[in-house]
Amino acid sequence: MASNSISLMWRGIQQRYNLIGTKCKTCGQAFFPPRKNCPKCRRKGQIEELKFSGNGKVFSHSVVHAPPEGFENQVPYIISLVELEEGPLVTAQIVDCEPSEIQIGTKVKKVFRRVSEGGKSGIINYGYKFVLDR
Amino acid sequence: MKTGIVGYGTYIPKYRIKTEEIASVWGKDADRVKKGLMVKEKSVPAPDEDAITIGVEAARNAVVHSGIDVKKIGAIYMGSESHPYAVKPSSATVAEAIGTTPNLTAADYEFACKAGTAAIQTSMGLVSSKMVEYAMAIGADTSQGQPGDALEFTAAAGGAAFIIGREDLVAEINDTFSFTTDTPDFWRREGQEFPRHGARFTGTPAYFKHITGATRGLLEKTGESIEEFDHVVFHQPNGKFPNAVAKILGVPKEKLTAGLKVVDFGNTYSGATPLGIAAVLDICKAGDKILATSFGSGAGSDSFSITATDKLLEKRKTQKTTVQKYIDNKKYINYAIYAKYRKKIKAI
Repeated sequence: MASNSISLMWRGIQQRYNLIGTKCKTCGQAFFPPRKNCPKCRRKGQIEELKFSGNGKVFSHSVVHAPPEGFENQVPYIISLVELEEGPLVTAQIVDCEPSEIQIGTKVKKVFRRVSEGGKSGIINYGYKFVLDR
Repeated sequence: MKTGIVGYGTYIPKYRIKTEEIASVWGKDADRVKKGLMVKEKSVPAPDEDAITIGVEAARNAVVHSGIDVKKIGAIYMGSESHPYAVKPSSATVAEAIGTTPNLTAADYEFACKAGTAAIQTSMGLVSSKMVEYAMAIGADTSQGQPGDALEFTAAAGGAAFIIGREDLVAEINDTFSFTTDTPDFWRREGQEFPRHGARFTGTPAYFKHITGATRGLLEKTGESIEEFDHVVFHQPNGKFPNAVAKILGVPKEKLTAGLKVVDFGNTYSGATPLGIAAVLDICKAGDKILATSFGSGAGSDSFSITATDKLLEKRKTQKTTVQKYIDNKKYINYAIYAKYRKKIKAI
């Protein structure tokens, strides 16, 4: 996310703070990030807001050793595709653990952390990350 | 009007640094420091944690514990001396993260280590006057100690949140009393990264005068005596001060045990007294009386008389987090990692 885009950051607050997505009432499929139309049910789809529980498991993961700017002090850190218990895959960091503690299928739960910040004087972006669910 | 705690939640970061590790870097005698401060290790926030993230985790735990509809929370006050922004409210981010927005009032407090208890008092006022149904008070900090300073051994991170209401109370707050003066014992000027303090001056004219002033004032106001209380919590900048003030006030040592957690995770500043109260609520019996007195440099103390109810035990059956669980969930880091996480290395 571009650190200088205040409006972009602001529009995503509900998604990032509370894992708010959507669900199709017709077929039951959940979407994160939220979708306004169900690609399967199309016109028959009925979309409603869904707050995800924040529980999930590791679908896949990777360890970042060459970080982008702003993440240098977290190296090595884990970036993962987390499969939420309602279905969707989300990309997020898994924190407070070592890469050796993570396997495909490891249970995780959401936490609230700083995701990025616009240097020393810019806006701080908060949002979801995951920790081991022990 | 009866007011009290409807639910509470806590949070302590996972990382810890031992007193020995800090002492070895600065050439101090670790045993002497440990004996003097009575702190064996302190919590360290992860590089992506700050007072807001700690406040949010504690607030979310409080909401789960209370079982109330978050939309009924009409006010959030968050006390901290390490708000991530000089201008932009931490309380608004917490409100958004627990889903109470937009119909509420919110503000940030700062009164060194007692901003969290000041938030409890404000919440009591709003709730008892029926301006709001529920109010949330948070004390959370990621306090900083200058490298090599005595404060570095204790300046830790953590927080607690209390939802204050009128009904279904897990603990009644019977009364509160405050004692405030202008006392320059500890301060941090605008834009400065680390606080400064008056060393020994932080004792007698600051911590001891205000804690005894508020506690005695409360007892005089309510007609209660120290003997009536089962647990006593004092602000805990280290382990030595609360034990010393207990001696002055005639509090037996065993009444401090349940709420004296500084030895396990250091001084969490605005979170310290709230975490002490929470640690007692985690283990006390219904009907137990708790005396709690905070201290904030600058300086002031807020004293509270609290009685646990049957509802506390009922909710304990489904309670997911406790202070002890956070104490046990820890990982030690060395000074180099600590310096990196706390951004004490100035070249990067």
